[in-house]
Amino acid sequence: MHEKLGAKMVDFGGWYMPVQYTSVIDEHTTTRTKAGLFDICHMGEFIVKGSDSMQFLQKVFTNDLNKLYPKKAIYSLMCYENGATADDLFVYQLKENEFMVVVNSGKIDEDFNWLKEHSAKFNVEISNISSKTAKLDLQGPFSEKILKKLADASLPKRFHFIETDIMGIKTLISRTGYTAEDGFELYFPPEEAEKMWNKLLEVGKDEGLKPIGLGARDTLRIEACYPLYGHELNETITPIEANLGWAVKTEKPDFIAKQILKKQKEQGTGRILVPFEMIDKGIPREHYEVFANGKSNEQIGYVTSGTFSPTFRKPLGMALIKTAFSQIGNTITIKIRDKFYNAVIVKRPFYKYNGGK
Amino acid sequence: MEDPKDLKYTKEHEWIKAENNTAIIGITDFAQETLTDIVFVELPEIGKKVTQSRTAATIESVKSVSDIYAPASGEVIEVNEQLKDHPEIVNHDPYGKGWIFKIKLADKKELNSLMSAEEYTKTTKGE
Repeated sequence: MHEKLGAKMVDFGGWYMPVQYTSVIDEHTTTRTKAGLFDICHMGEFIVKGSDSMQFLQKVFTNDLNKLYPKKAIYSLMCYENGATADDLFVYQLKENEFMVVVNSGKIDEDFNWLKEHSAKFNVEISNISSKTAKLDLQGPFSEKILKKLADASLPKRFHFIETDIMGIKTLISRTGYTAEDGFELYFPPEEAEKMWNKLLEVGKDEGLKPIGLGARDTLRIEACYPLYGHELNETITPIEANLGWAVKTEKPDFIAKQILKKQKEQGTGRILVPFEMIDKGIPREHYEVFANGKSNEQIGYVTSGTFSPTFRKPLGMALIKTAFSQIGNTITIKIRDKFYNAVIVKRPFYKYNGGK
Repeated sequence: MEDPKDLKYTKEHEWIKAENNTAIIGITDFAQETLTDIVFVELPEIGKKVTQSRTAATIESVKSVSDIYAPASGEVIEVNEQLKDHPEIVNHDPYGKGWIFKIKLADKKELNSLMSAEEYTKTTKGE
């Protein structure tokens, strides 16, 4: 389907996926100014249900799920005992005792086993519905207008969802996303994926809706300073180091890694994730080494994600560096192919939700 | 866009245009189209000695970093300064204003190992 649209494909964790259909800059700008459609079928979905499901999820996830109620969604992290991040995810409360958890594609089996292992003492049933769930993201300022043409129901508010029918397809519509634009994530049976994809593109044509590849998905989320597991987060980085303390609620009852994360929140960490913009001409990329201002013998960290920003027309990125060097306005030096380029630490995010409107 | 007949090509998608003992080097239309949005070109330094089939410069799109190999050995005598502020010129005019650097050829015989336009165009159709 995607290759028919002239897409350039890449093998992404076993999924054969489009990097770009036309150009990353064009797709990025389309999403920021009109609307974009993303094939995100590779994500993992679990159902957790049973009388202890809330208690169980409170134990394994870091955010306070007591803020949830049916039809509400929340971002959270899942940590190992040592505080490092097992995954970042979204939790949807479907019913009083039933939740959907959406995890990263590369972590599906590992997360499922981790949840299973820790569920022994709880009355819960966990099932992996990833292969039975398709996911398309409709993102951008015209998303609501486009989706209204297909969905009769009134659309949910941000971080809420509804379960409804679109063209007779049972669909969970969630007002969430990974672009920092208004938009929706649609979950429905995979056999309907092609129909849903084609219909959305058809009804969204007048609004300028286009298919968007993984390239622009990445540049959009980098501008928003959203973490991507495997980059800003991994099995050695804690959520506090990744500046996600807001999703770690240490005042809630016991959860995995609570003591370590509480201490990190109170006392700080040795390293911290910072957003930066290049001063010198050069494009930062993942894994490039970061040095103290002009000191090529003093490495202080590395770049976790970097790109040329289509919105701001300049190179920027995020880096995990020693906290002592992390102040906004500080100059850092990045090694690009054996040469040294200066960059400045800036306030997060580069791009505010909805462009700050 | 047709690949110009008066140039020689590499299988890594560079072109070279020899004039007496110097040569102009760039990337092909197929390469710029594959890279799409070119946002940065790291030019070689003037005076740098480049070797045939070895990295001489770097070109970046939003999401990718690619080496530009020297189609022939020699010494860099000029670079396209315009690309520092306007790398997108390579997208718009890969065989003209989007040239990348000039060298003084070390050995003109090296050019014999390169492809003609016809041979090169054929390689890009198969991909």
